[in-house]
Amino acid sequence: MESRKPTFVRALVAAVVLAAAGGAAFAQAPPVKIGLLATLEGPFAAGGQDGMRGAELAVRQRNGMVAGRKIEIIKASSDAKPDVAVNATRKLVEQDKVDIMVGPLSGSEGIAVKEYSKTQPNITFINGSSGAQATTLVNPSPNFFRFNTDGGQWMVGLGKAALDKGYKRVMVIAEDYAFPYSQVQGFMAEYCRLGGKVPVKAWVPLGGKDYSSVIARIPKDVDALVVVLGGADAVNFLNQYEQAGGDKPLIGGSITVSQDILNYRGKRRDSLVGTIAGAPIADAYDAPEWKAFVADYKKNFPDGYPSPSLFALVYYFNMKATLDGLEAVKGDLSDGQKKYREALTKLVLKTPVGDVKLDQNRQAIGTTFVTEVVKDAQGNLYNKVLRKIDNVNQTLGLPPAEFKIGSRDEPNCP
Amino acid sequence: MSAANWRGAMNVQTPRPVAPGNPRAGAAHEPRARRFTNPIRPRHVVVLAFLLGYPWFATPFFTFQIAAQALALGLIALSLTFLGGYGGMISLAQMTVAGIAGYMVAIFGSAAADNPSLGWPWWLAVLLGIAIAVVAATFIGWLSVRTEGIYTIMITLAIGVAFYYLALQNYAVFNGFQGKQQVFPPTLAGVYWRDPTPFYYLALASALAGYLFVVYLLRAPFGIALQGIRDNPRRMHALGFNVTAHRVAAYAVAGVIAAVGGVLFTWYNGLVTPGSVGTGWLINILVIAVLGGMRHPVGAFLGAIVFVLLQNFAIDVIDRERFNLVIGVVFLAIVLFSRDGLLGWWAALSARMSTHTGGTPWRAASRRSYVR
Amino acid sequence: MTRFWKGFWALLIGVPLLAFTVWGLQDNPRLFVVTLLNGLTLASLYFIVASGFTLVFGLMRNVNLAHGSLYLLGGYLGFFTAQFTGSWLLALAAGFAAAAVVGLAMQVSIFRFMPGQDLRQTLVTIGLSIVIADLLMWAIGAQVHQMSPPASLDGPLRGLPVIRVYSTYRLSLLPIGIAIGVALWLFLNRTRIGMMIRAGVDDRGMLAAVGVNVNLVFATTFAIGAGLAGFGGVIGAVELSMVPGEDTRLLLVSLVVVIVGGMGSVVGAAVGAAIFGLAETYGLAYAPTYSVVFTFVILVLVLAFRPLGILGRPA
Repeated sequence: MESRKPTFVRALVAAVVLAAAGGAAFAQAPPVKIGLLATLEGPFAAGGQDGMRGAELAVRQRNGMVAGRKIEIIKASSDAKPDVAVNATRKLVEQDKVDIMVGPLSGSEGIAVKEYSKTQPNITFINGSSGAQATTLVNPSPNFFRFNTDGGQWMVGLGKAALDKGYKRVMVIAEDYAFPYSQVQGFMAEYCRLGGKVPVKAWVPLGGKDYSSVIARIPKDVDALVVVLGGADAVNFLNQYEQAGGDKPLIGGSITVSQDILNYRGKRRDSLVGTIAGAPIADAYDAPEWKAFVADYKKNFPDGYPSPSLFALVYYFNMKATLDGLEAVKGDLSDGQKKYREALTKLVLKTPVGDVKLDQNRQAIGTTFVTEVVKDAQGNLYNKVLRKIDNVNQTLGLPPAEFKIGSRDEPNCP
Repeated sequence: MSAANWRGAMNVQTPRPVAPGNPRAGAAHEPRARRFTNPIRPRHVVVLAFLLGYPWFATPFFTFQIAAQALALGLIALSLTFLGGYGGMISLAQMTVAGIAGYMVAIFGSAAADNPSLGWPWWLAVLLGIAIAVVAATFIGWLSVRTEGIYTIMITLAIGVAFYYLALQNYAVFNGFQGKQQVFPPTLAGVYWRDPTPFYYLALASALAGYLFVVYLLRAPFGIALQGIRDNPRRMHALGFNVTAHRVAAYAVAGVIAAVGGVLFTWYNGLVTPGSVGTGWLINILVIAVLGGMRHPVGAFLGAIVFVLLQNFAIDVIDRERFNLVIGVVFLAIVLFSRDGLLGWWAALSARMSTHTGGTPWRAASRRSYVR
Repeated sequence: MTRFWKGFWALLIGVPLLAFTVWGLQDNPRLFVVTLLNGLTLASLYFIVASGFTLVFGLMRNVNLAHGSLYLLGGYLGFFTAQFTGSWLLALAAGFAAAAVVGLAMQVSIFRFMPGQDLRQTLVTIGLSIVIADLLMWAIGAQVHQMSPPASLDGPLRGLPVIRVYSTYRLSLLPIGIAIGVALWLFLNRTRIGMMIRAGVDDRGMLAAVGVNVNLVFATTFAIGAGLAGFGGVIGAVELSMVPGEDTRLLLVSLVVVIVGGMGSVVGAAVGAAIFGLAETYGLAYAPTYSVVFTFVILVLVLAFRPLGILGRPA
C-alpha cells in the first residue's frame, strides 16, 4: 500500500504540470495552415519534388514562424491532370481546413484550380508554378494570386536574340497544351514583329515518344528549331535528333534547358551547347542575392540538384509572397481574409533575381532572362546570362487590345 | 474462353433458393413470381435510414467528397457489375461511356469559355448526353459482342484508349488536354444542386434508382435470359433466343446506368478532361467492381466507398506518393484470397457462422454440372 | 472467304494504299522512305514486345496485363547494368534475365494455383502491374533514364541513297527484330519444347495425358514471354528512354498488335506490328494531330470484320 501513495502523488503532479503546459499552449496564437500542392507523380514528378524544396526553403528562412504564429505545411500531390489537382485542393481546403493554398505546378492544373477558387471566396489561393496565360488573363478569380510570371513572359527577349544570332527562319516543335502555347506566343510575338519567319509548327502530344516523323519533316531551309518540350519528351527528342544526324542549332523553351534536362543520365548533352533560351531563372547569374539563394538551397537540400531548378525558384517566390503578406497583416486572417488579400495586392516581392509586383489581374510583373548553354571547365553544362529584362508584364509590352493569347494557330507568320 | 466458363473462372455461386424435396415446377418458378415482393428485411430499413439521414450528422466534406463521389462512382461500377457479373462480359469501356455522357453535357450545355459550348438548357443537355452515351455503348457492344471473356477485356480497353486519344487530340469539340471546365448542375427551385447536401440527395436518388432498376431487371425475363446466356450461350441459342441481340441490349442498358453515373461524376468534379477517361480510370472502375464483389449489385457501391476512402485518406496514413501501391496491394489481396471481393468474404464468413441453412443451397447449386 | 470477297477486300485496301504510295514518292520521296524505315523499325520493337505477350496468351490463355511492367523492369535493369559494366550486350542479357525471373516467379507462385480461372488470372496481373509500376517508381524515381547505344551503333549513318542519313541504332532494330522472329519460329517449330508448346495450344488436356510435365512447359513459356518483354525494354531504353508510364503505353501497343494480328500467333504478331508501326509513323508524318486515333480506327475496323484478328484462330 505504501508504494502507491508516492506513485499517486507523482501522477497528480504530472497531470497538473501537463495541464499547465497545455493551457500555456492554448494561450499562444494558433498555427497558420498552408496547403502545398505539386506534381509528385507523372511526367513532372522530378520538377514537383524540387518545387516542394523551394517552398520549404522559404519556410525555413523564417524558422517556421511568421508574425508569431507557427507555420504548418500540409502537402498534397497531383499528376499534372486537372481533375486530380482539384480533388487534392478540395481535400486540403474542405477537409484539412487550410487557411491558404499554394499550388499547383502545371499549366492546365492552374486553370482548373483557379475555377475551383471561385467557389471558395474566403480562402486565398496562391499559384505554385503553373504558367499558362489563360489562368489570370481569361476570367481571372478575385482570390487567385500569381507571383510568378507566365510562360509567355518567360520568352521575352528571345525573339530578338534569335535574330541577332542570324536565325531568320525557324521551325517550332512544342507539346500540345496550354503552357507551350503561351511560350510559343511569347517567342513569336517579338520574333515575327522583328521580321522572323516561322514556316512550320509541329504540335506533338504530351508524352509522345517517337519523334522520328517530326524530325523527318524538318525542312532543309530553316536556320534553327524552337523546341518547347519538357521532361522526358525533351530528352527523347534531343537523343533521337542527334542520332538521326541532325545538326541545326536549337532555341529552347523555359523547361527544355532546365537543370533536370541538363543533368539527365545519358550522354547526349553536348549537342545542347550554344542553345539560347528564355526563362525566369539563370544558373550563372552574377548577383550576390542569387548566389546567396543558391548556397542556401545547397545547404538545406544536399540531395537536391547542383543548382535550384525553375520549379524550386518559382515555388519559392510564391511561398515567400504568402509569408511576406502574412507578416504585413501581422497574421490576421479574419474577416474572410480581406486585409490579407489587400496586402498581397500591394506587396512588392523581393526575390533573388529582382522585384515582383502584381497587375490588376493579380498576375506578376517580373524579371526574365535570355540565356545560353555553355560548358564549364569540369564539363558540366549551365545557363549563362545573355540579357536580363525587368518589369515584363503579361501583355509583353503590347497594349492589351492588341494582345492575343497563344493557341495552336495564333500567332502565325509563315 | 467462353462466357460459359465465367462462373467456373470466378467460382461465383448465384444464390438459387432450392427448396429440398419439391418437384422442379414449384421451385423453378419461385424467382419469377417474386418479382418485386422480396421481403423488406430490417437491414434494408436501417441502411436506408442511415443513407437518408447521413447529411445531418456528417460534415459537408464527407457528404460531398466522400459520400456523393462514392455514389456516383458506384453507379458507374454498377453498370460493370451488371454487364460483367450477370452478363459475363467484363467491359473496361464503362468509364468511357460515362465520360462521353459528361463531355456531351459539357458541349451541349454550358461550360467555361475557351471553347464555346452550345448553351442549351440543362435538361436537354443531360438527355442528349445520356442518349449519345447509350448510342456509343451500343456501338461498343456491337464491336465487342463477338468476343468473349478475356478478349472482351482487351478489346474494350483498346476502345477506351482510342476515345481517350480522340478527346486528347481534338480541340474543336473536346478542347484537348484542358478539357471542359465549369460543368455544373443548374439552380432549380431556389436550390443550387452542387451544394453538398442537395448534390448528395441527387446522387442518392440516382443510385437508388439505378440499384432498384438493376435488381428488378435481373428478375425480369430479360435479366434471366442474360444470365442464361452467360452460363450457356449455345443452349440459349438452341432455345430460340437471339444471343447477340441480347448481349448488345445488355451493353445498352449498362450504358444508360454508366451515363447517369457519368453525368453525376462530371458535375461532382465540375470538369471533364481526357484524364477522366484515361487508362487509370478505366482500370479503377474494374478495381471498384471487383473490390466490392460482383455477386450482387450492392457490391459496386461497397467497392466505391472503400476506394474513395483510400483515395482520400491514404495520404494521411501512408505517403501520398504510395497511394497506387496501397490500392494495388489491396486489390491483389482481394483477388487472391477472396472469391468475389468484399461480398465474397462476407458470404464465406456468414456461411461459416450459420451451421445448417447456410450450407445446403450452396452445395446443392454446386452439384450442377457444367456443360462446356 | 470466297475468291470474290478476297478480291474485293484486296482492291478496297490495296488501291488507296497504292495511290498514297505513288503520291508520297512523288511529293517528297525522302520523307516517304524515311517514314517507311521509321515504321518498320518501330514495328520491330513492337513485335519483340508483343511476341512475348502472344506466346503467353496462346498457350496459357493468360492475358498478362503486367507485360508492360516487365518491359519497364527489364529496361531499368538493363540501364543500370550498362552503366555499371559499360556493355550493351550484357545489358540485353540482364534485362531478359530479370524479366524472365520475375515472370517465372509469377507463374510458379501465383498462376499455377489458378488453373483454368483465366479471368481471375487477368485480374491478378492487373493488380501486379499496378504494384510493380509503383515499386519501380519508388526505387528508381521519376526521372528520365536514357540509355546510350553501344559505340558500334552510335551516331548517324551517312551516304545512303534517297534518304541521305539515318540513325544507325534505329536501322539496326530491323535485323534484330527479324532475328528474334526467326529464332522464335525455329524454337516453336524445330525443337521439342516448341512442339510441346504448339501441342499445348491446340489441346492442353491431351498434352498432359501424353505424359508431358505441363507445369514445366507453362513455366518455360511464361519465362520466355516475360524475358522477351524485358529484352524489348532494354532496346526501347535506348530508342525511346525509360520513364514511368512507358509500361501502360507498351502494354496497349502489345494489346492492339496482338488483337489486330491474331491472338496466339507469332506470325500474326509480326503482321500486326508491321501494320500498327507503319500506321503510327505515317500518321505522325502526314497527319500528326490524329495519328493515334487513326491507328485505333484500324483496330476497330479489323475487329468489326475479323473479330479474331487477321491471323487469329478460334480458341
